[in-house]
Amino acid sequence: MADLVESVLQKAAEKESKYKSIEVHKDIDLDIDAGNLLAVDPNPLDAKKLREKRDEYLISLARDNTQLLINRIWELPVERVEGTIVAKLPAPKTILPREKPIPKPKPETKWQQYAKLKGIQNKKKARKVWDDEIKDWRPTWGYQSRVNDELNEWVLEVPANADPYEDQFGKAKKAKTERVAKNELQRMRNIARASKLKVPGVGLTPTDTPSKDHLSKALTLAKKSTASVGKFTDSLPKEKPVKNTGKKRKFEPNVGDMSKEKSAQLDILSKMAKAGPTVNVTKAMKQHMLEEEQQRQKTNSERPKKAKSIKKSIKRKQGKDTKRGGGGKGKRRGRK
Amino acid sequence: MVQRVVKPKTQRSKRYLESRESKLTENTKTAMFIRGGRTSEVVSQTLKDMYFLKKPDAVMFQKKNIMRPLEDQTSLEFLSDRNDASLFMFGSHQKKRPNNVVIGRFFDFHVLDMVELGIEKYKSMQEFHVGKFSLGSKPCLLFAGEAFENEPEYQRLKNLLIDFFRGPVIENIRLAGLEHVLLFTTLDGKIYLRNYKVQMKKSGSRTPRIELEEIGPSVDFSMRRTRLASDDLYKRARQQPKQAKPKKVKNINRDPFGSKLGRIHMEKQDLDKLQTRKMKGLKRKTSDNTDKKVEAKKVR
Repeated sequence: MADLVESVLQKAAEKESKYKSIEVHKDIDLDIDAGNLLAVDPNPLDAKKLREKRDEYLISLARDNTQLLINRIWELPVERVEGTIVAKLPAPKTILPREKPIPKPKPETKWQQYAKLKGIQNKKKARKVWDDEIKDWRPTWGYQSRVNDELNEWVLEVPANADPYEDQFGKAKKAKTERVAKNELQRMRNIARASKLKVPGVGLTPTDTPSKDHLSKALTLAKKSTASVGKFTDSLPKEKPVKNTGKKRKFEPNVGDMSKEKSAQLDILSKMAKAGPTVNVTKAMKQHMLEEEQQRQKTNSERPKKAKSIKKSIKRKQGKDTKRGGGGKGKRRGRK
Repeated sequence: MVQRVVKPKTQRSKRYLESRESKLTENTKTAMFIRGGRTSEVVSQTLKDMYFLKKPDAVMFQKKNIMRPLEDQTSLEFLSDRNDASLFMFGSHQKKRPNNVVIGRFFDFHVLDMVELGIEKYKSMQEFHVGKFSLGSKPCLLFAGEAFENEPEYQRLKNLLIDFFRGPVIENIRLAGLEHVLLFTTLDGKIYLRNYKVQMKKSGSRTPRIELEEIGPSVDFSMRRTRLASDDLYKRARQQPKQAKPKKVKNINRDPFGSKLGRIHMEKQDLDKLQTRKMKGLKRKTSDNTDKKVEAKKVR
């Protein structure tokens, strides 16, 4: 029994002599923030050592403090993640300033308010849906989904109660654009409600200080706001007719009178077939006349200009001489 | 995501905008390294070394930017906004202020704190002929010196330096991966920065014995001007979101046998009006006739 104890003590002593200790003695304990791998040493520094043997003192100080930090980290719970041993760090203690302010909660849309009121839960749709026609999985929405298939149909049935000459393809496209526009409108209204902006139902929002643009828009809107959409309202004395505010591009119809198109195409062909460049006679004449005018002005202006410059220089010199007191000399020059 | 009038047209731009906006748990702070109108060799080398330490969360500007961060902050704020960076280090060299480095940080793309340091002595990484450590390892930070505890300017500087060199906030750390140590010591208005590589040696116990080897850079700074944020702005910047705090779990306790217990709080009950199981057979009958009539009605 005694031998056993002795042997254990001997082994311990051997171990201690072989390896250096991991114990560090400090007057004041370090403030360790394991979450940030940070250790702050409040102990006073040895100013003399710092001045004389700076690097050595610093490295020994660093070694001691690192040892204490490592001792603390080795006390943390350890787990195995993908084969390596990993220590679980606690949350950082030192509060550091954020880089951006705390996000404000998003204001609810009209639908979200209603759903909350009624207690409607949002059912998550699966990403892929089994399509029996193709016999494959297709996304429920987005890129390769069957949502927009009706627009890409190559044949559309005319419904029983519809006009046989009606453009079904055009109708489908229009309906789609209207749906998209409605969605956009709803989204804009949600944003406006969230940002508490005043949005007009139709037209313009009233402002305290209207700009010129605002006033002109208001005028045109007021003119249009009659039962016959402005057809019979008189315009003001100096009011200019409004430029087309609706469509931005104009296309000629595909069917009907083809004479305009014919003349336009023939014009193009004739221009291409011509040998030399086209000369706009009136433009050329005007340019020539302008050049002549400029030439005439140049020659006319040169003569009086010379005289003027000489006169000016004389006056300057006279002024200088009078200041110095040599008035006689100057006068003589002028006569010459 | 912020409700935008013009929605991003591609997924990539959408992801970029989402990464830029304010979140509950933020991204790792990126640092900008800017050179002023005129720089000396020492300053350029310092910036390069610091940039290497901060990689990959750092941006180094190749061109010189003529600006005075302590006088006019608009160009700095513009750069921070463009690069989505909330830390910066600006180096310049003038006759009046030789080997000048300004370290600072932003809050909401406006300058929060700025400290101007002068480089007195500098020894770069190349001068220490030691093998470098792996890029992007989280360093251990050590601070020594009474000024870091007692003086408010130095306390802010300490906070700024922690913010600058901290690296990403992580939950787990590989024990063998603790390789880099940064030591900041301050005495008499001077700040000494030293970098060390950690070598873990065998000790008798599980915890290793630490030996350090100096690697670059080794810099002696002197404190010059400071432009620190006001106390309330600083307080506002340090506010943490409530949602990020772990929710306190109440009313769950475990008894010594390990079973989970909780307390249910009942309202006061009127024992006369208690709803118990009704057994019709036990019901008190007034008279047989009336009962039968009642039963007939119920059948219908």
